[in-house]
Amino acid sequence: MGVTGSPTNINQGTRTKGGIGESTLRPDGILKVTGEFAYSSDMWHEDMLWGHTLRSTVAHAEIVSIDTSEALATSGVYAVLTYDDLPTAVKNYGLEIQDTPVLAHGRVRHHGEPVALVAADHPETARRAAAKIRIDYRELPVVTDEASATAPGAPLLHEGRDDHHIGHVPHPNIVHRQPIVRGDAEAAKARADVVVSGEYVFGMQDQAFLGPESGLAVPSEDGGVDLYVATQWLHSDLRQIAPVLGLPEDKVRMTLSGVGGAFGGREDLSMQIHACLLALRTGKPVKIVYNRFESFFGHVHRHPAKLWYEHGATRDGKLTHMKCRIVLDGGAYASASPAVVGNASSLAVGPYVIDDVDIEAVALYTNNPPCGAMRGFGAVQACFAYEAQMDKVAAELGMDPVEFRQLNAMEQGTLLPTGQVVDSPAPVAELLRRVKARPLPPERQWESAGEHPDVRALPGGLSNTTHGEGVVRGIGYAVGLKNVGFSEGFDDYSTARVRMEVIGGEPVATVHTAMAEVGQGGVTVHAQIARTELGVSQVTIRPADTAVGSAGSTSASRQTYVTGGAVKNSCEAVREQVLEIGRRKFGTYHPAWATAELLLEGGKVVTDGGEVLADLADVLEDEAVDVELEWRHRPTEAFDLRTGQGNGHVQYSFAAHRAVVEVDTELGLVKVIELACAQDVGKALNPLSVLGQIQGGTLQGMGIAVMEEIIVDPKTAKVRNPSFTDYLLPTILDTPTIPVDVLELADDHAPYGLRGIGEAPTLSSTPAVLAAIRNATGLELNRTPVRPEHLTGT
Amino acid sequence: MRVNFTVNGRRHEADDVWEGESLLYVLRERMGLPGSKNACEQGECGSCTVRLDGVPVCSCLVAAGQVEGREVVTVEGLADFAAHRSEAHPGTGCASGACGTTVDQAQRWKAKPTGEETRDTGELSPIQQAFIDAGAVQCGFCTPGLLVAADELLERNPEPSDADIREALSGNLCRCTGYEKILDAVRLAAARADETV
Repeated sequence: MGVTGSPTNINQGTRTKGGIGESTLRPDGILKVTGEFAYSSDMWHEDMLWGHTLRSTVAHAEIVSIDTSEALATSGVYAVLTYDDLPTAVKNYGLEIQDTPVLAHGRVRHHGEPVALVAADHPETARRAAAKIRIDYRELPVVTDEASATAPGAPLLHEGRDDHHIGHVPHPNIVHRQPIVRGDAEAAKARADVVVSGEYVFGMQDQAFLGPESGLAVPSEDGGVDLYVATQWLHSDLRQIAPVLGLPEDKVRMTLSGVGGAFGGREDLSMQIHACLLALRTGKPVKIVYNRFESFFGHVHRHPAKLWYEHGATRDGKLTHMKCRIVLDGGAYASASPAVVGNASSLAVGPYVIDDVDIEAVALYTNNPPCGAMRGFGAVQACFAYEAQMDKVAAELGMDPVEFRQLNAMEQGTLLPTGQVVDSPAPVAELLRRVKARPLPPERQWESAGEHPDVRALPGGLSNTTHGEGVVRGIGYAVGLKNVGFSEGFDDYSTARVRMEVIGGEPVATVHTAMAEVGQGGVTVHAQIARTELGVSQVTIRPADTAVGSAGSTSASRQTYVTGGAVKNSCEAVREQVLEIGRRKFGTYHPAWATAELLLEGGKVVTDGGEVLADLADVLEDEAVDVELEWRHRPTEAFDLRTGQGNGHVQYSFAAHRAVVEVDTELGLVKVIELACAQDVGKALNPLSVLGQIQGGTLQGMGIAVMEEIIVDPKTAKVRNPSFTDYLLPTILDTPTIPVDVLELADDHAPYGLRGIGEAPTLSSTPAVLAAIRNATGLELNRTPVRPEHLTGT
Repeated sequence: MRVNFTVNGRRHEADDVWEGESLLYVLRERMGLPGSKNACEQGECGSCTVRLDGVPVCSCLVAAGQVEGREVVTVEGLADFAAHRSEAHPGTGCASGACGTTVDQAQRWKAKPTGEETRDTGELSPIQQAFIDAGAVQCGFCTPGLLVAADELLERNPEPSDADIREALSGNLCRCTGYEKILDAVRLAAARADETV
């Protein structure tokens, strides 16, 4: 087909059993360390063109006119497309609400919105041609927060909304509102000996995956298109892409290219439709690769939030009630805002037992950048606030903050504010005990180097800003509550095709799913599951594509649970068919074929007593068993729109952190020394990968505590720092040691008892660091990230 | 313009290079070597790190024309580069901490021809193997740059302290791992080299 870098099968055999519970190595590891692994930005095709997106330079404006003539006349330019060139009546897309224009139609609603597309023979030619497109904007007033969005006469982001949330929101600039009411918070407040309230602000965080949005669209002879792309959910993309192109879904063939991280930022479409439009228009393959500047405009961010909380407690340390109001800024388009509201509200109580609650969460439409999914998804913002509250209440009561949390910790059997009973282990108090019991890192480590301080161990580091003067230490704790899987009644299934055959005398399993491997290690786990269930060593993982049924999203800590569950389920079906063949061929030779529990182990059919009945090679000979099945976890329910009641979640996930920080109080510089985590993972299918997820999630939580924030000008709604020079990510120098303590308390409802793990550590990391900085400085610090000026008061 | 330089021991020539193209662009789009990555293209993330006459550089910040006649090593050539160094400096090389590969040595080095056969893990450089074994690879987008940088660190400093590792790798962003497993990988590679002395 002429495509360089299209994904191929990955084969992996192991000398060990290589099943679940072992730290088998990544099957794509060798390709990734040799530079041969093809990411979506590595795709290449002879004769390919480069696509470029022209984006709005203002946040809110009417487009008076667009003149593309000069751009079209540029040598090397093959196409320039605007809204008028869209081929069908479907001109919008969206995850839940189709409110996002493929290209702006007469109006732009946020800074960086796509307005026009260019295809040219060199990326620089495309960029320069795009710069020659003349757009006449008439600027409109911007709404940037709750007050301006709901003020009388405020401009409406989406006039004439007809989505299914409009009937229950108090204002058309509110995407969705979810109250959750249980008991009587006002009456319970009367029993409280102390009442503590606070307002908290959570900044806008970027996923900052390293592999930029990119892909290659290749037009095909049947009028369709082959699209190689990095995404989190191929079939969700397909459902949104095909109608805009006017093609049936089977003519848009999608293959997952190498994905350079995701963290929620690839749930929404970016360049997918644009590349296809240019490819179909020009009849040539078109590659689009965002640079980092464009990437900041090319995907949604984590919702910034304002949160108000009130907690009460009795003198003996029992929480009486909680009230809260969470306002999430969804920006110009809906993206995942409704589901983020569902999470923020239903998890707003945190991992605590509080019978009387009054919760409200809303997401706004504003002219700020669109916000949607990011690791932790609504639960992160709430955790930052309720954990700050826990420390305040404990301080008010004169109690130890960990003991106070343990006294109120939820456990198996706890009734949540939604009325859902937590029906699997919830070791909240134990996780806190474990991080607290860990020995503290030594004081004044910078002195361990000898006569001269090692400035690398100090706040400010190699900038050599202190030798220990003004440096104080603080310790903080936090614990969080996250859901696993898609909630609120969503049909959250996955599909797996598993094939078993004998190749070269050896049984081989082939696993084919549409799961997006984004770095998490799903491919490793699929091979392990196939080995465990089918008793083979050799496993082939086929590239993820839309030739097989949907795997759902690589989001919500769900893939090992759901697609892992689907692989397990299909393997079980394959095993049954293999055993049936065995009974047919060999059943008369040994009574155990009919009477015993049979397993596949070490390439053989064995009884549960360990007796070998046959080689798989002899059972299968030249027959192949091939099964494709959908698999579902137990269903969930929508939350009642008025009371928030409903069994909305599949599973819960818990992590706790202890942060140790050192703060240069004179300069306001923070060094996080250690960020210890304890997490219950149910069952660690691959312990090495589990640690990697927990450590990576922990560091992303630290990032939003002390440095990461997209700054949006409140007057213009324009993004001020869309680059890695100005949006700061933790480097290895900023990173503390991250010791991890893993519990494995099985959830009997889940495959192998596993628990989704990817997100929980991102919740508690942030408030633990904030608590430690408060402990070091005595400052209140109600916003995150903390910047030097917040610590020095300058 | 036409640009000639040596990549991984082989002479390469690129025609019709626009003067604004970076070394990274020419490697990725004109020479079929996309292993060096394009995460920020402004010298902040280190994912495009290559050796230029032995010195680690962000290839996104080097104009292609600046490389005329010079020597480049990318992740694709790292295993052969390390094997050659190991032959030139048996054991770990020099204990002085100043055993970098000289330009002269680099110029005498030639890559082995690449075949189609399945790669055996034995053909990886020690740092590549250590990254796999330690679980330092998740999405892998930062990996090529980190490998080049970590390999150069161990060449200079075969027994780095944790602070040394953090300092040497501070120009390479990773968003997946929290860096712990990357530290483990470098420690592992250093320890394994120590065992072979």
